[in-house]
Amino acid sequence: MNKLTVQQKLEILSDAAKYDVSCVSSGSNRKNSTKGIGNGVACGICHSFTEDGRCVSLLKTLMTNHCIYDCAYCANRRSNDRPRATLTVDEIVDLTIGFYRRNFIEGLFLSSGVIRNPDYTMERMVQVARKLRLVENYNGYIHLKAIPGASPELVHEAGLWADRLSVNLEISTEPNLKLLAPEKNFPSILSPMTQIRNEILASKEEARRFRNAPKFAQAGQSTQMIIGATPETDRQIILLSSGLYKTQNLKRVYFSGYLPVNLYDKRLPALTSPPLVRENRLYQSDWLMRFYHFKAEEILTEDQPFLDLDVDPKLGFALRNLHQFPVDINRADYEMILRVPGIGVQSAQKIVLARRHRKLTTEHLLKLGVVMKRARYFVTCSDVVLAASGWTPERLKHKIVAGSVSKNRKTLDTQLSLFGNFQAALPPLH
Amino acid sequence: MSMDIITYDGTFEGFLTGIFECYNRKIFPVEIVSRNGEQKHLFAQKTDIQPDSEKADRVWKGIQQKMTGKNKEMLFYAFLSEEPGIEMKIYRFVRRLFSGYFNIETDFGDADVLYLTQASQKVKKEAMRMMQFVRFQHTKGGLYFCGIEPRYDVIPLVVGHFQKRFADQRWLLFDLKRNYGVMYDNGKPQEVTISAKEFSQINGRVNENLLEEGEEFYQRLWKTYFTHINIQERKNLKLQRQHMPRRFWKFLPEMMILN
Ligand code: SF4
Repeated sequence: MNKLTVQQKLEILSDAAKYDVSCVSSGSNRKNSTKGIGNGVACGICHSFTEDGRCVSLLKTLMTNHCIYDCAYCANRRSNDRPRATLTVDEIVDLTIGFYRRNFIEGLFLSSGVIRNPDYTMERMVQVARKLRLVENYNGYIHLKAIPGASPELVHEAGLWADRLSVNLEISTEPNLKLLAPEKNFPSILSPMTQIRNEILASKEEARRFRNAPKFAQAGQSTQMIIGATPETDRQIILLSSGLYKTQNLKRVYFSGYLPVNLYDKRLPALTSPPLVRENRLYQSDWLMRFYHFKAEEILTEDQPFLDLDVDPKLGFALRNLHQFPVDINRADYEMILRVPGIGVQSAQKIVLARRHRKLTTEHLLKLGVVMKRARYFVTCSDVVLAASGWTPERLKHKIVAGSVSKNRKTLDTQLSLFGNFQAALPPLH
Repeated sequence: MSMDIITYDGTFEGFLTGIFECYNRKIFPVEIVSRNGEQKHLFAQKTDIQPDSEKADRVWKGIQQKMTGKNKEMLFYAFLSEEPGIEMKIYRFVRRLFSGYFNIETDFGDADVLYLTQASQKVKKEAMRMMQFVRFQHTKGGLYFCGIEPRYDVIPLVVGHFQKRFADQRWLLFDLKRNYGVMYDNGKPQEVTISAKEFSQINGRVNENLLEEGEEFYQRLWKTYFTHINIQERKNLKLQRQHMPRRFWKFLPEMMILN
């Protein structure tokens, strides 16, 4: 076998890692207290954007794409004949530091196929993080994937060096997981997840008592689910993810539209392209739960277990609940204003502040960034009464969807909503 | 009543001194404008103000006291936007602020307040873009250099960020348009100008013979990474441009494959 150059390895391994959607580098406040290199910025920073419009924030790579497992949905499964490569610990450390010093990246996101056994794999990933912290004096961001089945001791050490840990759930129900990844099971995924949750909580508790207590995965933990490889409904997915936020204290649940990588495998649906619109609707729902105070049950009812692909879930909610509208902009609670289609979090916050000074008119709303084309059917202001009274939901939906200049504008726009809360963190002047 | 115009040296300090003098000399100007700027009113009474750091400081402290939390720097950021007429908007805002109104920075129904808020957000966003799109080149002798062209004069706003992040590194951030830079060496930043420019005035690329040995390797690997992390099936160039405006592309090694 010829020896691959680092460049060739990186080609193979970044190619293999790109479907892992998590690129966020936020949530860490790690200080550069050692006067070495790097720090965490709570809001995260995107350093570049690839042609697909996605944020490049981290050096996201696999350590190796060799794998002893054979998961049906994965391009790296052992039965695929494809180029394989393994980066050494030193090579990964070197690339991370070289990229970081040039301000290309916020840090490292290291995942891996499983070589020999989970512990052997995890041990080498932990070595990378340990060397970055202890030898390179590096305080930038590190996200490590915890390999299902790795020992609790290794997961513990990983959490000491990393800012974020994640274990991917991939398939959201156990029977389907068994079907597509027979070598995996829910317990091997959930037990590290629970361990990480407990250690994060314990370390926060410690930190309250001892200022210098070691921090464990201070930017929290996340997971990812593949969408569209198995027949779960959106309702099942949303309920599961909202459950995970609550019980496992997750920071983020990522969705990844299934890309048909192994067409020969008949256990998988015959898709020609990834279900991007559906993926986007799921992200929007997730967004509604995390920032708009929606409950999972409000987004999807039992008799409507799939999200409407034509309209975003917020408009969908309003159309199903016309009796709760119109909302009086000058008097309604913040929560209710948030629910108006066409009003985002920032506009809603501005509205409740600005109305203390004067009564707001539709003109004001426009200037505050409200999309009146949408909102006008759901609000009243001091100048006009714009009510949707007498409209049927179907007619209103048709009118709004037909009225938006290009109705598909947002459908591919996952990133836009993903980074909607992306704020500048400026150092104080003077 | 005469029409008064205040002119000043174009600095924030000079502008604040101008506000001080308006109160001091009981002037209600129709315009406050930089000496070098264009003036609309031909027959007005002009008063030119010299910057005075003590007076400026008093005005700034007064403003700070009346503004809350994250809005404390709002007027400074808005000023940096260099929008024509921004001075009068700030001046009117300060008048209202000092005449005892409460919390006026949240009165978004007022045109001035909204304008200033948005102008300051634009400047903050540009500063954020420096944190995103600055690319250092490692040069012989160990200095990490970046030449870039921010739309507003925001390099001073991001020095703190880079200083914390690259504490053990010597670096230089150079504003190609305004022709000055900030250099960080020996633990402290200082403003510098450069007489012999051994880098491109257009895209900030350092002359090849001055680059450190590893530089080519890391740039090439970064390009490799950038190409391979992209998902073809999701191509969305509009979204890419929206997040990473074209005007920055020439400074980014990863975009040079395409240029
Ligand atoms: S364990 Fe991971 S890398 Fe290996 S086949 Fe399954 S999903 Fe792919």
